[in-house]
Amino acid sequence: MDLSYTAEQEAFRAEVRAFLAEKLPEQLSEKVRLGKRLTKADMEQWHAILNARGWLAPNWPAAYGGAEWDAVQRQIFEEEACLAHAPRVVPFGLTMLAAVLLAFGTERQKRHYLPRILNGEDWWCQGYSEPGAGSDLASLKTRAVRDGDHYVVNGQKTWTTLGQHANWIFCLVRTNRDCKPQEGISFLLIDMAAPGVTVRPITLIDGAAEVNEVFFDNVRVPVDNLVGEENKGWTYAKYLLTHERTNIAGVGFSNAALATLKHVAATTMSGGRPLAQNPQFAARVAQVEIDLMAMRTTNLRMVSAAAQGQAPGPESSMLKIKGTQIRQELTSLLRRAAGPDALPFWPDDLDGPDTDILARPEHAPAAAPGYFNMRKLSIFGGSNEIQRGIITKSILDL
Amino acid sequence: MDFTLTEERVMLRDMLRRFLSEQYDHDTRQAVLAAGAPFDAGIWAQLAELGILGALFPEANRGLGGAGFDIALVFEELGRAGVIEPVLSSAILGGGLVAMLASADQQALLAEVMAGTTRLAFAHSEPGARYDLADVSISVGEGRTLSGIKTHVLGAAEAHMLVVSAREGGAAGDTEGLSLFLVPADAPGVHIAQHVTVDGVSAGTVRLENVILPETARLGPAGRAFDAIEAVYARGTLAVSAEALGAMETAKEMTISYLKERQQFGRPIGRFQALQHRMADVAMEVEQARSAVINLAGHLEAARGIRERNVSATKNLIGRIGALVAEEAVQLHGGIGMTNDYALSHFIRRIVMIDHLFGDVDYHLERFVQLDAALL
Repeated sequence: MDLSYTAEQEAFRAEVRAFLAEKLPEQLSEKVRLGKRLTKADMEQWHAILNARGWLAPNWPAAYGGAEWDAVQRQIFEEEACLAHAPRVVPFGLTMLAAVLLAFGTERQKRHYLPRILNGEDWWCQGYSEPGAGSDLASLKTRAVRDGDHYVVNGQKTWTTLGQHANWIFCLVRTNRDCKPQEGISFLLIDMAAPGVTVRPITLIDGAAEVNEVFFDNVRVPVDNLVGEENKGWTYAKYLLTHERTNIAGVGFSNAALATLKHVAATTMSGGRPLAQNPQFAARVAQVEIDLMAMRTTNLRMVSAAAQGQAPGPESSMLKIKGTQIRQELTSLLRRAAGPDALPFWPDDLDGPDTDILARPEHAPAAAPGYFNMRKLSIFGGSNEIQRGIITKSILDL
Repeated sequence: MDFTLTEERVMLRDMLRRFLSEQYDHDTRQAVLAAGAPFDAGIWAQLAELGILGALFPEANRGLGGAGFDIALVFEELGRAGVIEPVLSSAILGGGLVAMLASADQQALLAEVMAGTTRLAFAHSEPGARYDLADVSISVGEGRTLSGIKTHVLGAAEAHMLVVSAREGGAAGDTEGLSLFLVPADAPGVHIAQHVTVDGVSAGTVRLENVILPETARLGPAGRAFDAIEAVYARGTLAVSAEALGAMETAKEMTISYLKERQQFGRPIGRFQALQHRMADVAMEVEQARSAVINLAGHLEAARGIRERNVSATKNLIGRIGALVAEEAVQLHGGIGMTNDYALSHFIRRIVMIDHLFGDVDYHLERFVQLDAALL
């Protein structure tokens, strides 16, 4: 038992910190710090900066341009990047699709798609959920029917995050209806410029269009765009969901959010004293901090098991539930810390510099939208109830 | 970063777990309690013989370990088996103070404590003090005598020697002015009224009546014992937190088994999602409890500010999660979970009553806030 990092790990942390201090543009970190909305160009700029350093794809093999970091290094990078208010790396191509291609794709697919993800030529989005297939994903209905060298795709995907920026979508499609639902699904890569693809934004509870509906109307997709075997897509999807969950604890985000919350509580006056001295508020902050202290160790226990080669297993479901509970509580407290200044909805304040008409503290504009946006955490990536089901089956054996 | 136990610790844990699973069950514990004995002398002797008491003391005191992770693993196993023998009171509290403060002559006492032949108890708390470590009023009086009442003294009745706190300066609430004294339990003027706690642990009220203190009775520096008291309470907090964790593991395992066995509506009740999700939350929170114990164990030798921050964080979390696990285990069992004959009841009582030792959920939440403010 040893809770300290090795000298090599500390040196790596110092290297990451120095890189962030030198290369992270203040224009980006200020936006992240204040919860403002990032444009496509903002995200692409950060990707390019990381790519120039060779750090854009931490867990890919070096042969494909990855950094080959172990799980502890990835955790260190995440912690430091969050504390420096770096934009998050958009995971759909880099983490999710890449994991599937590396495990199940052909060499040609890897050589073709992976470099284009790194250099920013392709922006991927995820075509999983459908209006009738959320937690029960295997009931998805989007059909792909073989026609010569092509599949013809018809149907609809939804909750497609940042699909408005994407030029490619990886989709789960139904290729067989005469079997168990899980056994008739295939994993297909679709060019969003193909005729018949329509993207329609969905405005969410926070006023932003972060997600989209994607419609497929007789879209012709070359059979070369099939990943792995036909009707084996469910296996790949489950693999991807596990991969998606490895960083799901979001400890780095919570560390940064706690620091912000404590700063706001210390500098916001309430009844003639800092909000931090209100016993009720202080107690709620302390309680979430105590939960986070334990969560950091829970996460590191599982990260270090992963670093020793154990695949992320059902324990990641625990990280997902607890991690998202903590993140949601932090956004709830930040919303309350803003007090009445959380009330005005002024989209300009989220997209650019603050307008001075409202004369409110710098963290107030994003406090309520941030809270509402983060309700998604317990819904996506397998809702927290689905995670409890996984724990029930895989860990408790009930 | 390493979350595996050393080979020595794995051996110690496995040996202790095997011994307790073979020798210690609900019926043996209930028989001891029914007989009115504070503990089982045979079990106690074997714990000493196996080196369990020695493992709680550092090598500098001729012990076998004494680090945070030694305390954590021993007490997790004691908690897992529901052991009521006075390891906490004698080795961690009384023994911990002697190990920190003893003069060369007094060190000899530790060998007897590790051998189990001498038992210690720490008589500190006074009526109304609740969890305030500095709320001590008893002062060393005329002719170097002690008079007054010490309450909630764990292991008092079976102790051979008491470590007694008293003032040689300052007033109740001051950290300055506190001293410690070694007082034989059979010294003239020492009266011990034994009782058993709700969770089956032997404790007592100690009444001191003009107890004469020879100069050799002093343990540590005059008037400056507070730091050692706080440090030994940190060790005690780790011990009971790990013990609660072990008890939670047992309660969790018993509940999972019950969910599989118990049939209602023609199927095992573990098939019902309403119960599955509650059990999943319990399992998840027990992992958080384990992390909290690791955090405190790993910071037990850190600087005072960092150590105490972890003390309060861990004890608060253990209290909250302990109550959740205990209450859910009873609820998921239904009526059988409330019966005294069923072993679960002992673990439930122990988990819950540990919140009442060394500061509860609310005390430590407030203290965590204060420690945080002091760091800024």
